[in-house]
Amino acid sequence: MMAGRLKLFLVDDEAPARERLKELLQDIAAEVPTEIVGEARHGLEALERVPDSGTQVLLLDIQMPGMGGLEVARHLAALERPPTVVFVTAHDRHAVEAFELNALDYLLKPVRAERLAAALKKASVGPAAGREQLARAAEGARAYLSIVERNRIVLVPVREIVFLRAEQKYVTLRTREREHLIEEALVSLETEFQDSFVRIHRNCLVARSAIRGFERAVDGEDANWQVVLEGIDERLPISRRQWPAVRGLAAERP
Amino acid sequence: MVSIRQDVYPDFLPDFRNLGVIARVLVGVNLVALAAAALGAESPARAAERFIQIAGVFEPLLLASVAMLSALSSLLARLPYWIGWSAVMGLVLALALGEHAAFLWLELEPPELWRTVALSMLTTVCLLYYLRLLVKAYSPALAEARLQALQARIRPHFLFNSLNAVLSLIRRDPKRAERALEDLADMFRTLMSDGRRFVRLADEIALLERYAGLEQLRLGERLRIVWELDAAPSDALLPPMVLQPLLENAIYHGVEPSTGTADVLVRIERRGERVLALIENPFVEGQQHRSGNRMALANIRERLALFFDAEARIETRSRGARYSVEIEMPYRTDTRAETRPEAA
Repeated sequence: MMAGRLKLFLVDDEAPARERLKELLQDIAAEVPTEIVGEARHGLEALERVPDSGTQVLLLDIQMPGMGGLEVARHLAALERPPTVVFVTAHDRHAVEAFELNALDYLLKPVRAERLAAALKKASVGPAAGREQLARAAEGARAYLSIVERNRIVLVPVREIVFLRAEQKYVTLRTREREHLIEEALVSLETEFQDSFVRIHRNCLVARSAIRGFERAVDGEDANWQVVLEGIDERLPISRRQWPAVRGLAAERP
Repeated sequence: MVSIRQDVYPDFLPDFRNLGVIARVLVGVNLVALAAAALGAESPARAAERFIQIAGVFEPLLLASVAMLSALSSLLARLPYWIGWSAVMGLVLALALGEHAAFLWLELEPPELWRTVALSMLTTVCLLYYLRLLVKAYSPALAEARLQALQARIRPHFLFNSLNAVLSLIRRDPKRAERALEDLADMFRTLMSDGRRFVRLADEIALLERYAGLEQLRLGERLRIVWELDAAPSDALLPPMVLQPLLENAIYHGVEPSTGTADVLVRIERRGERVLALIENPFVEGQQHRSGNRMALANIRERLALFFDAEARIETRSRGARYSVEIEMPYRTDTRAETRPEAA
């Protein structure tokens, strides 16, 4: 049920597009009472402002500078109480197909008042789309991984990640400076980032660009290959099973 | 409208001033001469010797013919095909006779007259036939150029976002909304016009400015365009919708992916007998939109080739944080070009 006004957040890089949405929201105010709790001009700004805004429904443009709408939605989905997202797009055939396929709500620009009202009514009662659902609709890999810390979204650029290692329930994300825990499955990370990461062990993915070389460590009877990393002293063991594939990678390097 | 006619692709003489045509004629005649020299020769050395021998006879005639034809090109183009054809034959014949007379006058020993006349006439017939086939082969492509222009043009992304921006203006600033819709209408009129005709550079620039105005409407201060058009020859002729797609690319790839302000440079100038157009935008690394850029470029390159043959070129360059596309084409102003390839 709708209690009071629906709290909305608008994200679009074009000012006229946001103005237009506001006009339409006024037009349908009698039917769907709403309140705008925030606006953002691009994805990163949205990720900064949405968590503390009490947003219930997010009207989110897809093509934006910095970070596209789909990736924004994926990071927001990690929040404890994620807002329901209604995507807005002028023309993006791939995205629209993906939305249809994954039952995600979207509006086409120019947006019609009736459509907007219907989408908001549905969004106000329906659950937010899940992370898997959004991941399936996304095209290509994310540029950032996110960690939610006290209702704040911390972004780590994927190109700064040195390795990802699974430990029990979490995955440890290691950059040169820091370490974070993220709640994602190593298997799906491997698929998403297969262009930039390589699996060296059952529990570990390493950034291809962070591999400096390989070393043979002798431990009693056993001799194991290890990855020497760029900028980090820690050595990572390579499993026997992954060694042939990783060694092939070494041969590619100059 | 083009009426329905029996002959969809009428014959017309090639443009004898076009470098592509001139190159084909020169190379063609020399190849024939080389073949003739090789035919009766016992060794390559002997063939070369004979080639040099006959070159003394045919090269002056060939060069004189090419020079005369390119000088008379616009005159010839106005004649119906077969009359123009006869005129070309007559011209070459006259030059052949003139050459013979000159040889006699200089007290050189000319080859037999009948041979000079027969060979030059035969070669001319063959070349005209070849060039006519070439023109025919290009004609359907030219008809398709219009369709291509449409396909290359105006991303739906731009259209729908612009309509959305206009909608947002209607209540707040109706006058500006009106102007924006007029601009949009003008753009579409150009888009749907006959893509086979040349347009004046002044008109293409007006189109660029309308388009830029629409982009400015939705992007606001994020887009800053620097126009350097003082040296642009407004009477130059060029194929339609060649520059606008480049500006659209520059904005789509260089401005939209950036969160700050981005500068786009548009410079059009005349340098001697060439027209240069440069469009430059910031290169936003790792933020590229989906491909499509290369398709538009390939399309423009193809249409430039259809209109100017080998005389136009298009080059892309990325230097540091800037990406630029430059077009160079011949400076043409004559109306003959406008009737090519004869659409009405």
